[in-house]
Amino acid sequence: MGHRFVPNSFLLKEMLKELGIDSVDELFRDIPPEFRTDRLNLSPPLSEQETLWHLRRVLSKNRYQGEIPIFLGGGCWFHYVPAHVKYITQRGEFLTAYTPYQSEASQGLLQALFEYQSLVAELIGLEVVNASMYDWATALGEAALMSCRVTGRRRFLVPHFISPERRSVLQNYCEGIGMRVDEINQDPNSGQIDLDHLRNVLSEDVAGVYIENPSYLGFLEEQVDEISDLTHRAGALFIVGVNPISLALFKPPGEYGADMVVGEGQPLGQSPSFGGPSLGIFACRNDMKLVRQMPGRLIGMASTLDGDERAFCMVLQTREQHIRRERATSNVCSNEALCAIAAAAYLASMGPEGLKTVASISMANAHYLMKRLAEIEGLDAPAFHAFHFNEFVLRRVDGGTMRDFNQKLLQENIHGGHILVSEFPELGESELICSTEVHSKRDLDRFVEAAGKIMEGKK
Amino acid sequence: MTYRQAKYPEPLVFELSQSEREGGFFNPEIEEIPEIPPKLRRERLNLPRLSEPEVVRHYVRLSQMNFGIESGLYPLGSCTMKYNPRACEDFSALPQVRDIHPLQDASTVQGALEILYRLERMLAEIGGVKRVCLQPAAGAHGELLGMLLVRAYFKDIGENRTEVVIPDSAHGTNFASAAMAGFRVVVIPSNSTGRVDVEALRAAVSDRTAAFMLTNPNTLGLFEHEIKEIASILHDAGALLYYDGANLNGIMGKTRPGDMGFDIVHFNLHKTFSTPHGGGGPGAGPVGVSEKLEPYLPVPIIQYDEDKDKYWLDYNRPKSIGKIRSFFGNFAVLVKAYAYLLMMGASGLKEATEVAVLNANYLKEKLRRIPGFEVRYDPEAPCKHEFVLSAEPLKRETGVTARDVAKRLLDFGFHAPTYYFPPIVPEALMIEPTETEPKEELDRFVDAMKQIAEEARRDPETLKRAPFSTSVSRIDEVRASRRPILSWKQFVRLRK
Ligand SMILES: Cc1ncc(COP(=O)(O)O)c(C=O)c1O
Repeated sequence: MGHRFVPNSFLLKEMLKELGIDSVDELFRDIPPEFRTDRLNLSPPLSEQETLWHLRRVLSKNRYQGEIPIFLGGGCWFHYVPAHVKYITQRGEFLTAYTPYQSEASQGLLQALFEYQSLVAELIGLEVVNASMYDWATALGEAALMSCRVTGRRRFLVPHFISPERRSVLQNYCEGIGMRVDEINQDPNSGQIDLDHLRNVLSEDVAGVYIENPSYLGFLEEQVDEISDLTHRAGALFIVGVNPISLALFKPPGEYGADMVVGEGQPLGQSPSFGGPSLGIFACRNDMKLVRQMPGRLIGMASTLDGDERAFCMVLQTREQHIRRERATSNVCSNEALCAIAAAAYLASMGPEGLKTVASISMANAHYLMKRLAEIEGLDAPAFHAFHFNEFVLRRVDGGTMRDFNQKLLQENIHGGHILVSEFPELGESELICSTEVHSKRDLDRFVEAAGKIMEGKK
Repeated sequence: MTYRQAKYPEPLVFELSQSEREGGFFNPEIEEIPEIPPKLRRERLNLPRLSEPEVVRHYVRLSQMNFGIESGLYPLGSCTMKYNPRACEDFSALPQVRDIHPLQDASTVQGALEILYRLERMLAEIGGVKRVCLQPAAGAHGELLGMLLVRAYFKDIGENRTEVVIPDSAHGTNFASAAMAGFRVVVIPSNSTGRVDVEALRAAVSDRTAAFMLTNPNTLGLFEHEIKEIASILHDAGALLYYDGANLNGIMGKTRPGDMGFDIVHFNLHKTFSTPHGGGGPGAGPVGVSEKLEPYLPVPIIQYDEDKDKYWLDYNRPKSIGKIRSFFGNFAVLVKAYAYLLMMGASGLKEATEVAVLNANYLKEKLRRIPGFEVRYDPEAPCKHEFVLSAEPLKRETGVTARDVAKRLLDFGFHAPTYYFPPIVPEALMIEPTETEPKEELDRFVDAMKQIAEEARRDPETLKRAPFSTSVSRIDEVRASRRPILSWKQFVRLRK
């Protein structure tokens, strides 16, 4: 007995004696004998040092951005995370706190979360942002459910080109209430929403129309005003999914009529970490009809009872599961608070110019790659004739496969894009390529050079 | 010596902003920046402009106005606030963890897949289940997945079951998760000992019942010793038994939910397995299932090919419900839990449970003897990792409520217990010390509770204004919700 995380192990006898019992087993006497476990089939405790050795050995099989350039995006992005942002989220008072139920003792966390809500509100152009959801996909699922609560309707429209994972999560969130998810066509050449098709499918039972801008495949949607207009005329809510970094350069959804915004906040101060922790952004217009239907925690500005000192606390909790139980707006309890603090510290550090720099380097890198790769015979980019942010679809048109292309890139210590063949077979042999400021010009040139060699058949 | 939390008159980042200051982190290499079409272009971006030292000082000050498990005792019942090993933070910050992308070719993330595979096996062993899905981001998310699996199962076997039964003492997420998955919630009362009323359960279960959701030990910290009977009522009716794993710290290594008959089991890694709670998250809520529910689990399943010594992602699961979040879950959190499990080992986990239960019983016996407090349900039975104290006698005598007691505890440098939950106990104070608290700290807590009970009699009016030592005094939460101010943008507009 005596694990270093368990200070009272060596006081066992003394404490048992105070309780008037002889053995710790007496505290478990209410577990029926037939269900008692003797010992778990797990290894004996490792020391901290041994654990590190083990993890190093196992993890040495991973290849990571920095060791090799990785040109993947698709809802999870590499961006440089400043050291001090990591430091702030490592502060034990933030890191090891629970949800701020005791507001008087949690002002720091509450203010930081209020700042997160405020900074994201500026970025997307809507006034109300919640304190986080699990990730973009679950935020989308919650947005669909909320659109149903607000409108009383049970159909939800999504674009054809959407991440299949996100689509699947949405489907599962809609399953319970029997909400139907239908697709809106997009022009195969430009990726733009087919407005005629939208007009046709926008019947009176549509609760929400969802688009992504930039889309999953990297292009921007130009007809946002028309889509917003059509949606609102049909009495539905207009919901936009975003990569928040792009909003340093592109018009925010709040300026083109979005009622709700969802997105992935991970690029704001978080490394990809194999896809999680992530940060679901969830926002809506400041209309109490909407706000009262929101899922998740909301932090509000408040004041003390005994005077007018400014303070912060969780507000509108009567929407939530711990009070409203099965009639709550959502089941969410724990969220991604620490990621929201990282996002706040990141946005406050970057400021408007810093964020624009991150976004424009990412865009410039991707456009450079797009242009240079398109010059290679047998490759074609971008697959969509539209303006792109920092991701685009590269097609292979020489009869070879993208799988083979990526395998050969890997031999050159380069990880190519995300292969789209099974997701969108109509695009042929294609992959989604992403670049950000984590790639140097040398990385980009090496990629182009290797791609050239592969296509010439020299590899 | 008395406790005082830091207090800075710290403005919001927007109020600190100076128009000329800049971040300036990157030096662009590519000179040609594409011209954005005017229609798409953003005109104005109102973010604060701060230098790096200002940002760091601001957030350090905010952190000092906050209380974590590293600050002191955090006996928040049902939340298992135990020490979070710092080593796990280092491990999860390795570049081979942080800087890998979920869409990488499987051959380049064999290490990550191995960790996920091994963690899954460990959780399956602890829970007594066949397979575990690591994707859910929190306990409630695991519950939702569990309920969707229940749906998929009955749909597949062609039975139309519409109800989920839940005890009145359950956590709010149980009700909300069942409802989100489209079930009608049927609530059953607890019996006089605070446990499932088996006869009420029998009466509530029918061929409409899809599942019963239960946490064991329950939210009163009491073990449901009639679990065998409970399981057979459900199984005889063809329904499933769901385990809310929030309270696993009371039984881990002593008994296994799967052995007790639970078909679906969620784990809260940010509780039982010591990953830090982050001020509300990120957590992780893996879901384990018995064999008959395995086909419905989300994709991908991580498989190991022994011959080739390779891990691979199995998407070929025709009955799978698909995805409940993107990618593989909160991976960095999963790495921390994996490292924790390695450092604890089989013996450490059992020891943790035993001492967590010992600490809880030690506190319970001391606190329930303080006049003004009582344990309502089955006070003589040993509790597991937590117990619920009622401050109702104190309230009757002095007017001081459980909330007042909780707020006053903050002045002693403790976090407050969970209060007013579970709803079946009036003036509830739900106390969970965990195994990582030294006895001296527990004794100080008992002394504080004694002093508060005395203060309640001597000067209840002062007590009702507590706390006095936190960075702010009691907050008008009711007014804050009446006309909520939710962002700086809104605040500025209203101020105009
Ligand atoms: C008994 C119980 N069930 C479920 C939950 C929900 O867990 P999470 O916050 O991880 O979603 C909690 C969390 O407090 C709990 O105490």
